[in-house]
Amino acid sequence: MSKAIFVDTTTCTACRGCQIACKQWHGLPAEQTTNRGTFENPADLSFNTYKIVRMREEVIDGKLNWLFFPEQCRHCLEPPCRDIAQDESSIFRDERTGAVIFTANSKSLNAQEITEACPYNIPRAGEDGTLAKCDLCNDRVENGLLPACVQTCPTGAMSFGDLEEMRDKAKKRLEVVKQKYPKAMLLDADDVSVIYLVAYEPKYYHEFAVASRSTGYDMTRKMALRKMFRPLANIMSSLT
Amino acid sequence: MTNHWIDLRNSDVLLAMGSNPAENHPISFKYITQAQLNGATLISVDPRFTKTSSKADMYVPLRSGTDIAFLGGMIKYILDNKLYDVEYVANYTNAPFILGKDFGFKDGLFSGYDKAKRSYDSKKWAFEMDANGVPKMDRTLKDKRCVLSLLKKHYERYTTKLVSKITGTSEADLVKVYKAYGATGAKGKAGTSMYAMGWTQHTVGVQNIRTMAMIQLLLGNMGIAGGGVNAMRGESNVQGSTDHCLLWHILPGYLKIPSAADDSLDTYLTKNTPVSKDPLSANWWQNYPKYTVSLLKSFFGDKAQKENGFGFNWLPKVDNGKDYSWLSLFDEMYKGAFKGFFAWGMNPACSGANSNKTRAAMTKLDWMVNVNLFDNETGSFWRGPGMNPKDIKTEVFMLPACVSYEKEGSISNSGRWMQWRYPGPKRLGNSLPDGDMIVELGLKIKELYAKEGGVFPEPILNLKWDYMTHHEFDPHKAAKEINGYFLKDVTIKDTTYKAGTLVPSFAMLQADGSTSSANWLYCASYTEKGNMAARRGQEDAVNKIGLYPEYAWCWPVNRRIIYNRASVDLKGNPRDEKRWVIKWTGDKWIGDVPDGGWPPLQNADGTPNPASKHPFIMRKHGHGQIFGPGLKDGPFPEHYEPTECPVEKNFMSKQFVSPVAPVYGSDKDEIATCDPRFPYIGTTYRVVEHWQTGLMTRPQPWLMELQPQMFVEMSEELAKLKGIKTGERIRVSSARGSVDCVAMVTKRFKPFKIAGNTVHEVGVPWHFGWRWPESGAEESANLLTPAAGDPNTRIPESKAFMCNVSKI
Repeated sequence: MSKAIFVDTTTCTACRGCQIACKQWHGLPAEQTTNRGTFENPADLSFNTYKIVRMREEVIDGKLNWLFFPEQCRHCLEPPCRDIAQDESSIFRDERTGAVIFTANSKSLNAQEITEACPYNIPRAGEDGTLAKCDLCNDRVENGLLPACVQTCPTGAMSFGDLEEMRDKAKKRLEVVKQKYPKAMLLDADDVSVIYLVAYEPKYYHEFAVASRSTGYDMTRKMALRKMFRPLANIMSSLT
Repeated sequence: MTNHWIDLRNSDVLLAMGSNPAENHPISFKYITQAQLNGATLISVDPRFTKTSSKADMYVPLRSGTDIAFLGGMIKYILDNKLYDVEYVANYTNAPFILGKDFGFKDGLFSGYDKAKRSYDSKKWAFEMDANGVPKMDRTLKDKRCVLSLLKKHYERYTTKLVSKITGTSEADLVKVYKAYGATGAKGKAGTSMYAMGWTQHTVGVQNIRTMAMIQLLLGNMGIAGGGVNAMRGESNVQGSTDHCLLWHILPGYLKIPSAADDSLDTYLTKNTPVSKDPLSANWWQNYPKYTVSLLKSFFGDKAQKENGFGFNWLPKVDNGKDYSWLSLFDEMYKGAFKGFFAWGMNPACSGANSNKTRAAMTKLDWMVNVNLFDNETGSFWRGPGMNPKDIKTEVFMLPACVSYEKEGSISNSGRWMQWRYPGPKRLGNSLPDGDMIVELGLKIKELYAKEGGVFPEPILNLKWDYMTHHEFDPHKAAKEINGYFLKDVTIKDTTYKAGTLVPSFAMLQADGSTSSANWLYCASYTEKGNMAARRGQEDAVNKIGLYPEYAWCWPVNRRIIYNRASVDLKGNPRDEKRWVIKWTGDKWIGDVPDGGWPPLQNADGTPNPASKHPFIMRKHGHGQIFGPGLKDGPFPEHYEPTECPVEKNFMSKQFVSPVAPVYGSDKDEIATCDPRFPYIGTTYRVVEHWQTGLMTRPQPWLMELQPQMFVEMSEELAKLKGIKTGERIRVSSARGSVDCVAMVTKRFKPFKIAGNTVHEVGVPWHFGWRWPESGAEESANLLTPAAGDPNTRIPESKAFMCNVSKI
């Protein structure tokens, strides 16, 4: 049984403990930033930043909301990045944990192609072309620890466990949240290992909150690529 | 906190007002979230839509500095709609007390006001006494001169219409909050108040909190689970440092600082020990002499003897009527009154109101010792903006202190929990724990006095100073001293306690010199059973409300919810069955440690029990004070405008600003109220990424990545008016200084309608300073704030002042 994170954005306070915990565990350097007229920083994910709490001020139905979305890799059950790469030494899915892992060999891949294949616009390349993103703290998880971001979350907005357990938890929580927010939903819950619950339509939270056409990317092409490569990828993984 | 952090989860309605816990107390939100998941309502009242507002079930704005108007309106709503808990109010509060004929209120002033002295004679606010010297009461609450009747009269002016005109909150929003919070007056409902500096940093700071305490008494929310008045402290150990008398006006355990008029121990004790003639009043402060003498024995050891008043005259005494608060100290320093200054674990160059004055004051010193983790704007003030090092004589010494994680000792959190911590990493370089510095400094001073003498050497020479083990400060020795020892064999109720053993509880402290205790409130924290603060028991108490009595230790006597004897009815049955705090079993209390072990006020058959005591044992008359005659600015809170405000008059009364708030008159204390140069309200606050003046967080790259620069939040409307774009660098200025900030234009600030006029408010964090980041361009918000203070505490009015914003 692979693992999953459930993120209940309705109880996230944007303390950004997760953002720092991620940097700390992975030993990532700080970026030089400026205040851009918002609390949100850095401006985007990068080779050195795997996680950003997106903050949006949205007036919905006449009421002001400050929406928080702790963005990170979704660890897709069938990751397009892996399928596109076709190189298990660069990108593979740890079947025990569900973590989609980029290795140092990812340097040899076409970074742009990998990033464009991601329905959530997550992977980022370093100066030498090596790709980086959230690794679900696979080293911690393999050793019985919680991912650093989940560990540090004060409100319990993030929880971690077996995929089925997290799906159940997400569905149960959704039922409760819907009483207050009728448009609440889970984002791509059947396809990912990082399941978000949002109170309003995902477009309000972040451009890439949900895998959809609204991202502007040609999903049909992407899905076709995925389908095309899947048999080959399966053969590859059965060989290794 | 009267309650504690975990207890927030027991609440039905949580009022976050004067606070922004999601930003500044992030862990509190663990329990707030739990309460919400259980169906509780979170209300956020704030000038700006905050992270807390984003999670709240209800957000309503108010103009900074108008909290008493807002809450006074709530009192009126509770009274008009009879939402108050009649049984509680009639039996446990002073609502039935009859006021003397001298008490009155007219045109915004209470009786007894002396205009020349800018002070009140609080004797005019006394209760009527019966022949036995007990306050006259009418438990039916009908008497026209009873507190409840006069309360109704006082707040009848606070109509939603008038309150709205002052606060800028819509009448509909006011009623929405009043109704939701007022509903907790029902039996079995709990409402809690979470406040922080948003309430305290005003010229009416203490009265802001008093207003809420009165509401909590009216609604029966004091002493119960999920209730209380909860001060969320801004530092991990601010509670502990206050308990141990960080502030000038108290000695450890909230004993009063002696003044010059207190020429003997007897005079001092007579003045400060309250006397109650009511046999049902525990009047706990009657033990004042026991705590004072035990403290003196702790300070001066064997040198403190009955014959010399236990060394009372060796204590520092303040001049009669003189104030020694932060604002006054820096005012005196600015006038050149001091030669030297220890800035210990503080950064006044950025943290104090009107920092330009503070910085200028430091130039008048001969020397300064800066004790801190890193150099800061205070230690380097002489090379700061606008300073010419050549002109400054002050010699600065830096003593590097080690970080809390590198040393052993205790901290006391907001919930009064004393928690022992062991050292983690080894301390770096030549840094030392503060304890070592203090003890070594004391030894050196004693040595110099012994060798060279001095004007008044006795206090120094007689000071007991034995807190070292193997030439290092020993926190266990200090903690045991704080708890206290039996100094002779003492027999209490058939038990003999041996000399040299630790006192098990403050109930055993004596006034005859046979016990010591450096802080009576902490007596029971370190006993012959061990270090109670180091306990880590995970078991909850029998009532399962999250008290965890074996985890750490809390003052007083491990009581987790204070005033808990008000949580039961007259027969000792919990007023809230499902979240009961204590319960009378017929011969004893179970649950939390009760506020005294006396039986309930009534026997099971409803007859009064003369062996009982009223529940509010720390008050002279044993009742919660809806009428509070002990403050300098009046027994009922009244709305006054901030020292700097955007309106030309107080719509509530003829009295514009607080009639007793202190004023400072130096050339650096300019106040600009209703001044066209400074048309916008300014307020200050913190962000989660930074800590106080940023000393510990500004050198930390990961945190600077998140919050790199000083900013000012403003509404889209104001930005449009001024042609300011979000992200652009602009200038915020007040009568006292200016700060360059990044403009953060946001929907979360909205202009207020005040008496028909549009009033804008802006907000700035106070974490920055020129010393770091290296650009030197980020400065402290306290360059803007006024050194106007609350009359009771002299906390500065940092939360409501007037300013301007302009393009650079």
